[in-house]
Amino acid sequence: MLHTVNKSPFEKNSLDTCLRLAKSGSEILLLEDGVYAAVKGTVVEQKMLQALSDYSVYALGPDLKARGIEEDRLIDGIEVVGYDGFVDLAASSDRVQSWL
Amino acid sequence: MGNGVKKFMYVNRRAPYGTIYALEGLEVVLIGAAFDQDVCMAFVDDGVFQLQKGQDTAESNMKNFSPTYRALGDYDVNKLYVEKESLEQRGMSEDDLLALTYEDEDDDYKEKPSIRIVNREELADLMEQQDIILNY
Repeated sequence: MLHTVNKSPFEKNSLDTCLRLAKSGSEILLLEDGVYAAVKGTVVEQKMLQALSDYSVYALGPDLKARGIEEDRLIDGIEVVGYDGFVDLAASSDRVQSWL
Repeated sequence: MGNGVKKFMYVNRRAPYGTIYALEGLEVVLIGAAFDQDVCMAFVDDGVFQLQKGQDTAESNMKNFSPTYRALGDYDVNKLYVEKESLEQRGMSEDDLLALTYEDEDDDYKEKPSIRIVNREELADLMEQQDIILNY
């Protein structure tokens, strides 16, 4: 299953709930304000490093760029995808859960 | 300050693109600047993301309003307080922020930085000094 998270991890608990309930082996795509969770050196970095051992984690490139986040600031192991990659992830998953 | 001039602080706590708060808050500051009040802005929590440099919305088809912050200095909005703890929690430092400046008319129009990094105690004290505080 593909899980998407579009809220800032510093403001909402959407990411926490996603990580609590997503089955190991799932894909997690961070988009919109969710991409802030992908940055190194934040108070949620440990949580993301833990998540990377259970899930494939992606971040939407155009949303990173809009927010001024250069790819060298991302946690290693998080893969940047474009809108086409988003479509591929959604199409190859049987279901999509959007954590709003 | 006399003559009906009040001290205003606009507190910004939201990231720039996920919601409309940041853009609307900035518009209010620019409109309010016409009333010759003593205005400052505070950037706390996700509000610090508004000042991140290098924003590029070309691929996401949104309006990049970050250049608008550069206009604040021309409207005498030149006290932009950024809470240090909020930056640190987000893996950021002053180097990640827009280089915003204003010309100080009391000092031979010398160009000076508008952004001031303050810690939480300093920000709390600044809030105590305001007449009116508006949150976005």
